[in-house]
Amino acid sequence: MKTLVYVDHFRGDPQPASWEALGVAKGFGTAVALILGTGLDALAKSAFEFGADEVLLAEDGGLSDYRSEAYASTVSAAVKAQAPDLVLFPTTSRTRELAAVVAVDLNTGVLIDLVDLTLDGDQFTATRPIYEGKLLEKVTCSARPVIATLRPRVFPKPSRDAARSGSPAKVAAATESPVTVEGYTLAENVVNLTDAGVIVSGGRGVSNNPSLTPPAGMDEKQAEIWRAQQGFKLVGDLAVVLGGAVGASRAAVDAGYIPYANQVGQTGKVVTPDLYIACGISGAIQHLVGMRNAKLVIAINKDPDAPIFQQSRYGVVGDLFQILPALTEAFKQKLGR
Amino acid sequence: MKIIACIKQVPDSEAKITASGEQVSWGEAPLVINPFDEYAVEGALQQKEAYGGTVTALCIGPESARDALKHALAMGADDAILISDPALPALDTLGAAHLLASAIQKIGGVDLAIFGRQTLDDGSGVTAAQTARILKWPLLSLAGQIKVENGVCEVSRVVEEGRQQVSATLPAILSVVQSIGEPRYPSFMGIRKASKAEIPVWSLADLGVTAPAAIVTRLRLVTPPTRDVKCEIISGETPEAIAGILVEKILAEKVL
Repeated sequence: MKTLVYVDHFRGDPQPASWEALGVAKGFGTAVALILGTGLDALAKSAFEFGADEVLLAEDGGLSDYRSEAYASTVSAAVKAQAPDLVLFPTTSRTRELAAVVAVDLNTGVLIDLVDLTLDGDQFTATRPIYEGKLLEKVTCSARPVIATLRPRVFPKPSRDAARSGSPAKVAAATESPVTVEGYTLAENVVNLTDAGVIVSGGRGVSNNPSLTPPAGMDEKQAEIWRAQQGFKLVGDLAVVLGGAVGASRAAVDAGYIPYANQVGQTGKVVTPDLYIACGISGAIQHLVGMRNAKLVIAINKDPDAPIFQQSRYGVVGDLFQILPALTEAFKQKLGR
Repeated sequence: MKIIACIKQVPDSEAKITASGEQVSWGEAPLVINPFDEYAVEGALQQKEAYGGTVTALCIGPESARDALKHALAMGADDAILISDPALPALDTLGAAHLLASAIQKIGGVDLAIFGRQTLDDGSGVTAAQTARILKWPLLSLAGQIKVENGVCEVSRVVEEGRQQVSATLPAILSVVQSIGEPRYPSFMGIRKASKAEIPVWSLADLGVTAPAAIVTRLRLVTPPTRDVKCEIISGETPEAIAGILVEKILAEKVL
């Protein structure tokens, strides 16, 4: 059984779930890593250390920026040459479309955002969330290879063995694309909730601090957003101390408190952190579906009847504006940060 | 410009979704236009307003999916087409993309076909990309802003790392994200117009294709395991006391 694993990265910074995919591939047999772009030596070294049996590099200036057409043509050609049974990607916004396009080229099925993948005889059974995670479906694919993306932080990450090494092989790069990349505006703070080990999230409740007086001249809505932003500062302070990311409920995003990139739940943003701290979030069904796979959930809310408490291991019924700063301070001291 | 908005009908996001044997059940919850596809319609209408032309809403689904198309019409789309056929099997994403590509070709002269980023039901978010590859049109995905000038479409893509500006010559396939702008509410006039609209139905024969065989098939549905936790409420005299206890509890769980 041979699996080709696509190592997703942005300018040399790997999506860690690529290594999780390598671990899954190793479990089935031979794992061949495929990396596209420029300056790939460090990534190739990491791929060997995480268990790749072979590493293929499509290194070309024409692949320095991700464009689905060129990337897909390169991956499809490598898949045809390697003839694997399975092609795995970590799920990112890039790989959703890349896997989809490769599946068109190879006239095969594409299985997105898997949380389980098993092999019985020669039949793969994949499990994936549908209806925003309210249900799981088990699916199979009648064609080969099976193209699949794996949800980050669900499959175990293989241990890194610095003694493992090898020589990567070159594969051809297809660089033709009808799409021109004009430029990037990189976010100052990249919000990557799907990779986060710790998430501190805020909801509508973060705007409810009555002791704050907004600057003069703001209308009611502006004042509400200003209040919420002060609340999210407290959420952010705790996230920083814990080395985590800031999340938000849909209600907070819809109210304009924080960008959509921070939203947990309601498609796309299902998170699986080790620790999830929900502040001022009542727990609408979409939010609960988005975070219920967190290992440890803590809720801080004024309302003792908030549904979020039913999903939480520990709860504090109280004022988040008092609890959060105290919690940040206590962690600072305990963790020496 | 000739603009297509590709939409799907799904159960409302508030619906309680359960497995009823091999079938998905959403109880009494209404079927609605996929919320992300409302942004596709909004994006299409914005382009029409900026550059002139027409917006056609396109949907694969059963007869009931007419309601989703009527929503698009009420928002301001000029016309709508339903792809529906009793012979249509359970489609996988590739099958759906082939049907949409055939329909876009049959419509002819299309400049832009705009999709939502994903659907609430299947959620794969791959149909735009697959349709683009089948048509061999450029894919400008996850667009937060769209500009068309001299037959070139420039898009600001909202990606994990920030924004990526890309451009391509029309015709092109786009998918849009929320930054495109809140979908407009159907107007009173729009609703009246939509209620009277004739929505043509295109069968597989109309598209000149046979039913695509599904490569990916569902074996069964599984209800996600419920979280079996008992919440322990931490209380104390002061916020500091509560925080102190909570930190000890969290550290004892060894998740950090």
